[in-house]
Amino acid sequence: MAVTEQSPAVPAIPAVAAPAVRRGEVMYRHGAVVRVTHWINALCLALLLMSGLRIFNYHPALYWGNYGYRGVPSFISIGAIEDSESDEITGITRIGGWSFVTTGLLGVSADADGDPAAMAFPNWITLPGGPGLALARDWHFALAWLFAVNGVLYLLFGLMSGHFRRDLAPAAGELRPRHILAQVWDHIRLRTPRGEAARRYNVLQKFAYIAVIFVLLPVMVLTGLTMSPAVTAAAPVLFDVFGGRQSARTIHFLAANLLVLFVLVHVVQVLIAGAFNGMRSMITGRYVVRPERGA
Amino acid sequence: MRKLMTRRRLIAAGAAAAAAPLLTGCDQQLSDAPQLRWFLDLGQAMSLRAQRLLLAGQPLVREYTMADISPDFPPNGTAMPPAPLYRQMMMRGFDNWKLTVDGLVRKPLTLSLEDIRAMPARTQITMHNCDEGWSAVGQWTGVQLSRVLAEAELAPEARYVVFYCIDELVRTPDRSGFYYESLDLFDALHPQTILAYDMNGKSLPVRHGAPLRLRVERQVGYKHAKYLTRIEAVERLDRIGKGKGGFWEDRGYQWYAGL
Repeated sequence: MAVTEQSPAVPAIPAVAAPAVRRGEVMYRHGAVVRVTHWINALCLALLLMSGLRIFNYHPALYWGNYGYRGVPSFISIGAIEDSESDEITGITRIGGWSFVTTGLLGVSADADGDPAAMAFPNWITLPGGPGLALARDWHFALAWLFAVNGVLYLLFGLMSGHFRRDLAPAAGELRPRHILAQVWDHIRLRTPRGEAARRYNVLQKFAYIAVIFVLLPVMVLTGLTMSPAVTAAAPVLFDVFGGRQSARTIHFLAANLLVLFVLVHVVQVLIAGAFNGMRSMITGRYVVRPERGA
Repeated sequence: MRKLMTRRRLIAAGAAAAAAPLLTGCDQQLSDAPQLRWFLDLGQAMSLRAQRLLLAGQPLVREYTMADISPDFPPNGTAMPPAPLYRQMMMRGFDNWKLTVDGLVRKPLTLSLEDIRAMPARTQITMHNCDEGWSAVGQWTGVQLSRVLAEAELAPEARYVVFYCIDELVRTPDRSGFYYESLDLFDALHPQTILAYDMNGKSLPVRHGAPLRLRVERQVGYKHAKYLTRIEAVERLDRIGKGKGGFWEDRGYQWYAGL
């Protein structure tokens, strides 16, 4: 797909046939559907995370199986302990057998007046930014619908337009161990692709996107549904897939952590590869392909 | 210095507790803004529609075995209603307790615990889900609500069933703090919707709603009204309580809580 309207200074070249890349050439990198769904998705995930953390704060412990409540051994919990002599409260995050003091971030953080108070995740990162379980749930589910509709549109587009096949599916050559190792080495050295290679996602990028789009996000949706007594009445098989109500809740939380990790790496990669260029390509579609080294 | 800090914090903690509703009020304002509230309401409406579609065949929730029952079962809400009348009934083993079934029914009923225990029973081991995130498994025995409503001969214009409780969760001068709940007929007539009087093979404990509580297995904990005294069939909910269909609903919670 070629850019039809362009400034004379930046001549466009068609994305399919690729002659030698000249200085600062512009390609049309992301189609309108990908760009719009990307930003709706980003907004949804940010607000889903924030409202999800608020819901989590009402019972900040994770269990396995079907039941879990105060007193049942949990393998992750966030809490606060109070020193009866000094009145100091300390935030404690426990993961399996390890306990960490996390005052200020987890377990204890500043309340509306800036004084330390017991809360799992701090107010500044949750939606709403204070008490409000029903409101958090309203946000979480309304956003989940928007996320789902947006996601389905993206998946349909990806399948029908050839976006998945053309842009995400690794080519045979990219799956050779030698190529993958070379890519890992490039990533370690923070060498960003130039010229012809910059026109496509690299193979590690493809793996990451495939894992998020086809594994992580569907797991988020399905484990979320497994927490609904109405949905599991219609589809009790969800209990068998995820190991129970509390297991689903735990997987939902861990998968959300992986999504946060993905977004952090994703943003850092955009910064390394060129924040302005990357942002512009996801807003207007235009992406400057830098020439090969020595070209 | 340390002492001062502590005292300051104590005062601040009090102030924070007082300010908490304000803070929520601020977010509440944000979320009540028409531009955003319609979005949240749309989400609620879509969940209700989608789940009603999924449950059109009225499937049963999964039932478990005795081995799956959780060692403990935390209570939702009140663990002991403060009303002197309740204490007095409790002392007598609830032999003077009565359940009234009225409203849009042809044959209003007044049932004693004995009457209810004499009706055909259903026993089910199910998972209880609190909207906060915890869950527990317990065994419940009771009479199907559909059976009680059939006996009372529900009028055709009845659309909702309202459950009134002896439990005054918030004491206010206008006495508006009594717990109550409501279901529409879709959930009220479901085979696993029961009025339970036994839990785990014993009489329902006080903290779980003795002598009679609702089990509505496809929705979360706060819908399961405890300490029942009256069941009323109605056509609409807007003239009861603050009009939203339940104690928590009147305070911003979702009326449909299948999640």
